Amino acid sequence: MRFSIAVIPLVLFAALAGVFLMNIDKDSSVVPSVLIDKPAPEFSLPPLPGREAGLSRADVTKGEVSVLNVFASWCIPCRAEHPLIKRLSREADVPVYGLNYKEKDPQDGVKWLAELGDPYAAVGMDLSGRTGIDFGVYGVPETFIIDGAGQIRYKHVGPVTADVLEDVLLPKIAELKE
Amino acid sequence: MTRRLLTMIGAFGLVIGLMAGTPAWAVNPDEMLSNPVLEKRARDISQELRCLVCQNQSIDDSDAELARDLRVLVRERLIAGDTNEEAIDYIVARYGDYVLLNPPLKPETYILWASPAVLAILALLAVFAFYRRKQREASNATTSLSRDEQARLDEILGTSNGDKKS
Repeated sequence: MRFSIAVIPLVLFAALAGVFLMNIDKDSSVVPSVLIDKPAPEFSLPPLPGREAGLSRADVTKGEVSVLNVFASWCIPCRAEHPLIKRLSREADVPVYGLNYKEKDPQDGVKWLAELGDPYAAVGMDLSGRTGIDFGVYGVPETFIIDGAGQIRYKHVGPVTADVLEDVLLPKIAELKE
Repeated sequence: MTRRLLTMIGAFGLVIGLMAGTPAWAVNPDEMLSNPVLEKRARDISQELRCLVCQNQSIDDSDAELARDLRVLVRERLIAGDTNEEAIDYIVARYGDYVLLNPPLKPETYILWASPAVLAILALLAVFAFYRRKQREASNATTSLSRDEQARLDEILGTSNGDKKS
């Protein structure tokens, strides 16, 4: 009787330690998306100034896997991930679309892409941020993988790193293409 | 002396009153609706919704850009005729239950909601067990001695009595 009572705090401590250990690598600022395995929301965005094509839901429901990358010229991590988005569009062999999120000036996105290079198959300009909200965007950059049926299958929050590209995004895209 | 004290108490009261009177909301005047009933409902909803950028503030409190956009969106939904629930569901459909500062009661959250009651019951049981044991120990202490103990006690008392008599 006495022995079992003495063991209870030890067991509770071990259980708690186990929970903490399991979550130690988890980034608490990353909120899981509710839109995973749901159809991409309806949207239709105008093109960047001086371009012909904007971006709409029709682009991501053409029956092929595609990537939608949310970026902004004012977003510093976007600048850091940009070379990897270029790599992604080269290596993944799927269209990578850009959602230019909440620029103060429509020209900002144009200048940014002129400076850093444009890896996008098409770019839509979301000045109001409403399409971003429909996609559940809460911080740029975010990267969505959309399957051929137009369903959102994966979302990466924060800048894409080489590890994320090689270990997560490219395998996920390859898997969906099959 | 008393006058000075009274002045100080008065000044202190004034400061407290001013602090209580001007809550620092993040809502800008240009966001507010002219209809006070709708505005009140929008404020109530906003206080229930988490700002995902700052995470521990409601969108009503937060100065984050996204919080502002969501406040405006909530107001638009209300103008469009949504009930409070519909407006909240609209946001939840995009950002998930995590935007709710009060987690909803559903199978995934049963443990969360039940844990305070379960812990309280466990604590009560522990307290009960503790006192039961104390009581038992106390009653054990008053029960009679074993035969050996009684014999030893008699021996000691007998000797000391004998000592006194002699």
